[in-house]
Amino acid sequence: MIRVELPQHLRTLAGVKGEVALEVAGPVTLRAVLDSLEAKYPMLQGTIREHVTLKRRDFLRFFACEEDLSHESPDALLPEAVASGREPLLVIGAIAGG
Amino acid sequence: MSQVRLLVGTRKGAFVLTSDGKREKWDVSGPHFAGWEIYHLKGSPVDPNRLYASQSSGWFGQIMQRSNDGGKTWEQAGNKFLYDGVPGTHQWYDGTPHPWEFKRVWHLEPSLSDAEEVYAGAEDAALFRSADGGQNWEELSGLRKHGSGPHWQPGAGGMCLHTVILDPSDPKRIFIAISAAGAFRTDDGGQTWKPINKGLRSQQIPDQDAEVGHCVHHIAMHPSRPGTLFMQKHWDVMRSDNAGDSWQEVSGNLPTDFGFAIDVHAHEPETIFVVPIKSDSEHFPLDGKLQVYRSKSGGNEWEALTKGLPQKDCYVNVLRDAMAVDRLDECGVYFGTTGGQVYGSSDAGDSWAPIVRDLPAVLSVEVQTLA
Repeated sequence: MIRVELPQHLRTLAGVKGEVALEVAGPVTLRAVLDSLEAKYPMLQGTIREHVTLKRRDFLRFFACEEDLSHESPDALLPEAVASGREPLLVIGAIAGG
Repeated sequence: MSQVRLLVGTRKGAFVLTSDGKREKWDVSGPHFAGWEIYHLKGSPVDPNRLYASQSSGWFGQIMQRSNDGGKTWEQAGNKFLYDGVPGTHQWYDGTPHPWEFKRVWHLEPSLSDAEEVYAGAEDAALFRSADGGQNWEELSGLRKHGSGPHWQPGAGGMCLHTVILDPSDPKRIFIAISAAGAFRTDDGGQTWKPINKGLRSQQIPDQDAEVGHCVHHIAMHPSRPGTLFMQKHWDVMRSDNAGDSWQEVSGNLPTDFGFAIDVHAHEPETIFVVPIKSDSEHFPLDGKLQVYRSKSGGNEWEALTKGLPQKDCYVNVLRDAMAVDRLDECGVYFGTTGGQVYGSSDAGDSWAPIVRDLPAVLSVEVQTLA
C-alpha cells in the first residue's frame, strides 16, 4: 500500500483523517499515485493537479524521504521506501500569508 | 412567520445568518468551509433550500458546493471549468497577449425557473452554465469569443466576470459585467453578446467612446423593470433605461462617486443604494465615516444614511457583491465590510445595526426572504 499524507483542507474535502492508503498497480510514479488518489477520492480532482493538463498547482509541493520531488517528472519512479509503504508521500501546501 | 436568511461569503469561510421577520435577533451558523475563500453563495429562487457556493483557494483551486437544506449541510459539486476550444489570449497588464486561464468563480446566479440550472461568472472572464445542479459546467463561449475579447484587460483584482443578471421578463436575455472590459448583454440565451457601454466615461482609457475597457464594478436591476439598470462604475453611478443600450450619469450630489456596491429597493424601483468610497487609491469611506447613500429618484439626488453606522475612524471597504435587499414589506438592506461587519437595516436604510462584527473580511452578501 502506498501512503499519502494530505494537507488539512484536502483531508477535509476527502473526508479522511490521517494518511490515506492507496493501491497502485504497476510502476509507482507520482502520476500513478495521484491517479489512484483521485480515483479513490474524486472530490480531490483539480485540487492538486489542474484538470486536463494535470499540471501541479503552483502552491503545492511533493516531498518524500526528505527530498523535494515537486520538479521531478511525474513518470519518474518514486523512492523505494514510498513504493514499499515504509515512508509516505507528502503533499504539502506552500507557506504563504502574513 | 417570515424568515430572512443572509448568505455571507468571506475570506475564510461562509456564514449563514438567520432571523425572523422582525430582523432583530440573528442566529449565526458557520464558518462553513473554514479557511477557504468564499467569493459568493446564492440560493435558488425556485427552491430556496438549494444553495450554491463558490469555494476557492490559492493553493487548491476551485471547489463548488451545493446545499439542499438551506445551508445546514453541503455536498461537493463539479469543479471542472474548461474554456470552450482553444482559449486564445486577452491583454495582460503590460499590453502583451496573455492566455486565458481559469482562476476562480466570482459570482453564482441560479436560474429563475429551474433549481438545477445555475450560471457562474469566472476569472479569467467567462460565463459558465450548469444544467445539473453544478455537477457539470459548460462555457457560454459566445461572450469570450466576442471580437473584442483579445483586447480585454484585467482590473487590479483580476479579469473577473463578477455580475450576472437574468431578465425575469425574457429568459433569453442576460446581462453580465467584467472588470475591466465592461458590460455585455445577450438576447439569444448566451450565443451572441453585445457590449453595452455607450455613455460610460472612464479616464483610465484614452478613447472615452471605446466599446470595451470600462471598469464596471456592479450592476443592479429591479425585477419589475428589467429595462432599467443601475451601475456603480469604478468612478460614476450610472443608469440605463434601455437595457444598457445607453447610459447616463446619476452621481448627482454624492460626495464621491467611486464605489463597488449598488442595489435597488425591493418595492420601489427608483430607490437605490450605494456606499461611496473615497477613491480608487484609498478604498475606504470618506473622512472615516461609513455612510450608505440612498436616492429615491433613481439617482442624482442622494441622501446620506448614517444612523447606527460608525461616523469616525472607519476605514473598511464594501465590495461589489456585498450588498443585498430582502423582500419583506418594509424592505431590509444589508451589507458586509472588509472589516468583517455585516450591517442590517429593517427600515430601508433609515437606521442600521450590526448583525455581526468580527467575521473575516466579507466578500459577498445575499439575502433570502423565506415564507
